[in-house]
Amino acid sequence: MGHDEYQKHEAKILTPSFIVLLALTLIGFFLIGVRFVKGIGAVSNMSDGYPWGIWITYDVATGTAIACGGYAMAILIYIRNNMRYHPMIRSAILTSMFGYGLAGFSVMVDVGRPWNAYNFFIPSKWQANSAMFEVALCVMAYTSVLFMEFMPAILSYLEKTDWHTLQALMDRLHKYTGINRPERMEERLESVKDLAAWLRPKLDKILIFVIVLGITLPTMHQSSLGSLLLIASTKLHPLWHTGFLPLLFLINCMFIGYSIAILESIISCYAFRRPFELSELTGLARIIPWLTVIWLTVVIGDLAWRGQLGAALSLDFYSRFFLLEFCLVAGGSLLLFSGRKRSSIRWLFVSAALIVLGGALYRFNVYLIGFNPGKGWHYFPALAELLITVGIVAFEILGYQVLVKILPVLPRLHTRKQVAAGKA
Amino acid sequence: MARPSRRQFLKVMGAGGAALLAGHRGADASEEPAQNYDETLGMLYDATKCVGCKACMSACKRVNSDYGSLAYEKADFDQDGLWDAPKDLSGSTRTLIKLFKENGKQWSYVKYSCMHCHKPSCVSVCPVSAMTRDKLTGIVDYNKNACIGCRYCQIACAFNIPKFQWDKAIPQIVKCDLCKSTNLVKKGISACAETCPTGAIMFGKRKDLLAEAHRRLQENPGKYINQVYGEKEVGGTNHLYLASMPFNKLGFPILKEDPPAEFSEKIQHTIYKGFIAPVALYSVLCFIAVKNMKKQDDAHGEQGDGGKSRGDD
Repeated sequence: MGHDEYQKHEAKILTPSFIVLLALTLIGFFLIGVRFVKGIGAVSNMSDGYPWGIWITYDVATGTAIACGGYAMAILIYIRNNMRYHPMIRSAILTSMFGYGLAGFSVMVDVGRPWNAYNFFIPSKWQANSAMFEVALCVMAYTSVLFMEFMPAILSYLEKTDWHTLQALMDRLHKYTGINRPERMEERLESVKDLAAWLRPKLDKILIFVIVLGITLPTMHQSSLGSLLLIASTKLHPLWHTGFLPLLFLINCMFIGYSIAILESIISCYAFRRPFELSELTGLARIIPWLTVIWLTVVIGDLAWRGQLGAALSLDFYSRFFLLEFCLVAGGSLLLFSGRKRSSIRWLFVSAALIVLGGALYRFNVYLIGFNPGKGWHYFPALAELLITVGIVAFEILGYQVLVKILPVLPRLHTRKQVAAGKA
Repeated sequence: MARPSRRQFLKVMGAGGAALLAGHRGADASEEPAQNYDETLGMLYDATKCVGCKACMSACKRVNSDYGSLAYEKADFDQDGLWDAPKDLSGSTRTLIKLFKENGKQWSYVKYSCMHCHKPSCVSVCPVSAMTRDKLTGIVDYNKNACIGCRYCQIACAFNIPKFQWDKAIPQIVKCDLCKSTNLVKKGISACAETCPTGAIMFGKRKDLLAEAHRRLQENPGKYINQVYGEKEVGGTNHLYLASMPFNKLGFPILKEDPPAEFSEKIQHTIYKGFIAPVALYSVLCFIAVKNMKKQDDAHGEQGDGGKSRGDD
């Protein structure tokens, strides 16, 4: 146990995928610049009928659900007391941190008057009736909590680092520009190290309370993301408009969270050529079908109660999207009921991907596809609008890729551990 | 070890679910004291009197253009920009006259602008209180200095009234405020009602407008659809309508009498009443997590390397 569970991934940072992701990020950020100069209409197809487009639907409503890996893993580890999953938490927290941080950033791109956002902190402006108010405060708080949860990785890096990169940079700076090193730099760096060493055990002691906060906050705002659309009773299609929206969004983010934890683990092990964490993934996969069964039961029960089952099976535009969402989630879960499939990386990947797709489609259905403001309004995202979202997602992956190569984030490999021990 | 903890987990989640369910049933409705809407200000638009001259539109823009940073919208054929020719309500247009034609004999003009609801969805959803409803006048107003531009008001409004300035780097929401800061202050009447040459727009207190509307319905039974639109829709509005054609044909949604904001607020309030549920959830989770950490420490203690892993991220 302890911080020895993690290691940084030893590999080059400048890879071809790094260049591609960087290019996509730069295009996205350039277009964000255009948006701030020329207005939102210049880069997006949003309209007064569809005031929320792909940025809110994907980056915020779906992106934060996909970033629920940290939330789902924390429940599993600290509340259900399954410490064997502990080595997986840091990478889950890192992706959550990026997911939430960038969702917050997208909101700042999306809102028209971001300079007024300070009003969230002025009690006289508080508006407790608004689900948006709850979401905004909770997401801000949770992003800070995620950062605190990730602090141990940064602190343990600071404790051990020799500042090689910084030293080299300073040398180069001196060589080309003649700027001297600041006086007593070594001393100062040393004091940063001491500070980190002093802070880490202190943080460790209170961290469990931060972690529990990191479980409470997503429970609140993920359900509120569903509450956001409760008001749109005349615009959201009855297949999705129900008083159970908050509950459905909450369960939805949990099964997406576990599924995405599986996907992330498989993808990063594949990309970084590490052995798959099969036994952990099989364990995770056993939880998912229970959650999806509860979710599907609530969905069907609610439709039956409101007399909408006929509409669900009518095979019109809305019914097709509903059935697709339903079948993706149900199909993925069905696969996971089989013990044999649960212990195959291939099937784990397929079923987790199906469930994430279905869960995400549910959120798209609620926020965009099932949303109809009336005759004459249409929405399909503009290219620039899509590229901004792509840029933000690329930045997310880029950050993950780089940070796991700098900080001890990924689970320590047992073989490496023995080699290291042998060397020591 | 997994068994009891799963039970704990289900218990906690069950409690959360129960809270949500209770919310759905809306067991308690912490309502504000009943309001008297009679004395609040509004307008009665009689579509049968309107001749479609659009004088109200130009008066609205003339009076409010500086205040709401409204621009003129030229038509496609009008290269010189001589006329203001908006196609719909927009970030530059707070009121609009449209013509709906069923056939040669059946047609009607209709005026669009904010309905000034009694229980406005936009006010209910605005996270920073930029949308407000004045209790005295009933005017639903917008404050651009508070607005963050999230456009939740646009999602929420059943009438699609609030409009956003999509083409501006510094945008704002645009909607009718009954000339609250302009004509109403100077002349005590909204610019559109003041200008209307045929008396199709009547400005006044809601009770008077409603009485007048019902008088017209009674005196001319064949002339109107027997309904005052806005009397009961979404809990009542201060902008009332009379027309000779069904309102859904004039671009108005068919709405229930319950305000949508009441439904959503009931659920939100039940979940967050007194902030008890979140605090309870946090306490229970803390209790379980700390107990689990202790168990973990004990287990390690027996193995001889205990104590260190407490509170490890």
